[in-house]
Parts: sequence; C-alpha cells; structure tokens
Amino acid sequence: MESEFLSTIALTFKLASITTVILLFIAIPLASFLVFSKMRFKSIIEAIVSMPLVLPPSVLGFYLLIAFTPSSAIGSFLGDHGIHLAFSFNGLVVGSVLFSLPFMVHPIQSALSQVPPSIFEAAYTLGKSKLTTMLRVILPTIRHGVISGIVLAFAHTVGEFGVILMIGGNIPGETRVASIAIYDEVESLNYDVAHQYALTLFVVTFAILLLVYTLNKKSLGAR
Amino acid sequence: MVAINLIKKLDTADGSIEAHFELELQEGEFITLFGASGAGKTTLLRMIAGLEKPQSGKIEVNGEVWFDSQKKIDIAPQKRKVGFVFQDYALFPTMSVKENLLFAAEDDEQRKNVASLIEMVELTSLENRLPHSLSGGQKQRVALARALVRQPKIILLDEPLSALDPTMRQKLQNELAFIHKKFGVTTLLVSHDVAETVKLSDRLAHVEAGKIVKICPPMEFFSHHTLSGKLQLIGEVLKIEEDFPITVVTLLVGSSVVKTIVTCKEAQEFQIGSQAIISSKAFNPILMPVR
Repeated sequence: MESEFLSTIALTFKLASITTVILLFIAIPLASFLVFSKMRFKSIIEAIVSMPLVLPPSVLGFYLLIAFTPSSAIGSFLGDHGIHLAFSFNGLVVGSVLFSLPFMVHPIQSALSQVPPSIFEAAYTLGKSKLTTMLRVILPTIRHGVISGIVLAFAHTVGEFGVILMIGGNIPGETRVASIAIYDEVESLNYDVAHQYALTLFVVTFAILLLVYTLNKKSLGAR
Repeated sequence: MVAINLIKKLDTADGSIEAHFELELQEGEFITLFGASGAGKTTLLRMIAGLEKPQSGKIEVNGEVWFDSQKKIDIAPQKRKVGFVFQDYALFPTMSVKENLLFAAEDDEQRKNVASLIEMVELTSLENRLPHSLSGGQKQRVALARALVRQPKIILLDEPLSALDPTMRQKLQNELAFIHKKFGVTTLLVSHDVAETVKLSDRLAHVEAGKIVKICPPMEFFSHHTLSGKLQLIGEVLKIEEDFPITVVTLLVGSSVVKTIVTCKEAQEFQIGSQAIISSKAFNPILMPVR
C-alpha cells in the first residue's frame, strides 16, 4: 500500500515536471509568435491555444483517445513507429502538454507584450542577434512571467483529472496519478488513503506556490 | 561621408504620403532634423539604422553600402555600425549601468573602454545600479555612453532630451556637444528644441511632410534673414499678459526668465509654449561683467 502511494505521488510529479519542461520550450517561441507576428490567421492560433481553458477536459481527452487508438490513422502511424500513446505515460504527457498550454503561454505572452519594442531594437542596433537578444535581454526581463507560467503549468498538470482519466485510465505505476487515485479510493470507500493523497497534493502545491511567490517578491524588491 | 536618398510611404494623420529624403552628411558633421511631429524625422533615423525598410533608395556610409534597393542590398541592423539613442532610453532593465555597456562591447578593446565611457558621463559611482533606480538624465547618459561603445560610424539621436527638465536638458546638451567634439562622430539628431538645435548642430535640416525642404546653419534658419539685429536670443514663451496698450511677454531663454513688451496686436502672433526670438541692436544692450 505504502509503496503504491509513493509511486503514485512520484508519477504525478514526474508527469508535471516533464510536461512543464516541454511546455517551456514550446511556449516561449509560441508566445513570441503571438505577440510579434502580423500574420492574418494569428487569431485562429490564439484561439486554439486558449481552447483548453473553456473546453471540458473530457472533450479533449475523448478526441485524443480516438486519435491515439491503434485503429485510427494517427494511432496506426504512431504504432508503426513503435509509439503507443493510448493508456500509456507518454500519452499522458502529450495530453497534459496540450491541456496546460494556455497556462504557460498566457503569462509569458502578457509579459512579452509589455516589453517596449525599443528594448529589442536597442539590442539589434548594438549588434546582437535575435537569439542573443531573447536569451540575454528579454528572458531576464520577463522572468516573472516565465516563473508564473512554470508554476501555473506545473500546478495545473498536478491537478489534472479529466484528460488523464480519458486517455490514461488508471494503471498503477503507469498512468495512475494522484488525482485519479483519490477518485478511485473514494469510490472504494477508502477514505483514509484518499485523505493521504489529498493532503499530500494540498501541502505540496501550497508549498510550491508559497516558495515561488516569496522568491518573486524578494527579487522584485531587489530590483 | 554619409549619403542618403530614400523613398518611403508614410502613414500620417492626414493620410499617407510618399516621403523622399535626400541628405548628405560630411564626416564628423552634426545635423539636426527639425520639424513638426509626423513629418518623418524618426522614420528617417530608423531607416538608417535598418529598423525600418524604405520602399526604395540608397544609404551609403563612408563608402559602405547599407541599403540599395536596385542592387537588393539591405544590411541587417546588427551589421550597421550605428549608435542609436531612443527617446525612452531603452536600457536593459535587468543589467546594471556597467553591464548595459559591457553587453554592447564586441571585443576586449571595447570592453576596456567601458570604464572611461562611464567616467565621461560621470556615472562611475552609479555603475552598479540598475536602470530603474536612475533619474531621467542619468538614464539618458547611460544610453548615450552605451551607443558609443561600438565606436559607431554614425550616431542617431531620436529626441534624446525631450523627456528631461530644462536644467538637465541644458546640462546634457553641453555633454552632447562635448562628446561630439571629442569623438567627432557624424551625428543626426531629431529635435523640436530651438536652443538645442542652435547649440549643437552644424546644419539644420528642416523636415516637412516627408521632405527635407531646407538645409542651412541653424541660426540662419531661425533668424529668417529678415532681422538685422546684432544680438539674438531664442526663447520659449511662458506667459502673455495683456496690459493695454501693451502686452508683457515672459520668455524662458536658456534657464533665465526674460520679460519683454510688444503691442497688443503683435502679441496675437505668440502662443504660450511657442518659440520666439528676442533681438536687439548692438548699441542697445547694457553689458556688465558678472561678479
């Protein structure tokens, strides 16, 4: 029992960590695109990014499940390359990345849009490439937005339920994360175990948020 | 020498116009672009820096072609050696004064020069401070020093002093003049300020609706050839008080306040905030040494 509890909690945070890291690499270019591109169809991409905010998780989970099934076009293509996403940890990562996307993109997007264009231009006229400007000038400037994005995406993935239930099911050690376990234990009237999971999530997420906001405040004060 | 001949569509409040800028700057010359807002002065600076693309034309700096629409040459802003000073300073907020300058440096020699540049703008004691803790004048000096780090071929100043109070503005004008004399870099300044223009520039280019309509020494431009006064001061109208049959006009000349009298009819030509010339014949002023 004890080891199952620990492995479930570990799996939950492993999923959240991997999701957050992948999101960080996707969200920064995506947010830059949303802020700076003058493309006509930008609104469509903006809408797609924000969809998970309003869409019931079960809808996203349902479509992902259908896409992942080996009998579907995408599923069979992936299967031919040895990738099986339905009811697997990798599938959960894909689902979580999509579902937490707006939570990472939005804070970075709003921080980026507040950087005056002259900051970019000043770096360019000083001979700095776009990449150098982004890494050395812009990212440090918008670090509060990036940190907010990381925290929100991480916390949101830890708390995710619907998508995971749809595409991951409830396989211990593979796809059984804490939020699913709580539901499962309550169903079986194991309130003690449910309590264990719930309290752990409660304390850990609170501690993370508290730490981040304290650090954030300190670095703001030092500015 | 810098030779510019550029055509660019400008969107102004009165619809779009086709701007055509033709300008030649001699090596080490200081030219001020003077004219109303929306005439295209800033756009011209941005095109020279490569931040905006002209429709057609050519930019040549000391024999190097930066832009040529016919030969399809368009050097990236990173490769053009300009020092651009922005109106809002554009300092990097997470870097200290020193780091802002060091970030611009490309080699050890330029890095070594940073300390003396900071000293020149009198910021050595503040070199480890972040930009947000500096005053407007200090920020502008950092921006200026930063623009000089790469030893640019041309310095572009986009209304660098417009956000400062008159005393600070005067101090920085002197500093700009000093720096220009010391480095001798070809400089193009955008300004609305008459005193600044007269004090700093070798020539003034009057920009109107996307065209440079006149280039001449600044004093010649402001005195309009019509006055034969021996003493001319340019000031800003602060107050107009009618006291029939005369009107007292109070002006700010440099940092001193001067009162003078005009007829009520003449007073109608002046507005508060506009620029005016006080002129006088040589025998009129009383000159005394300051003790």
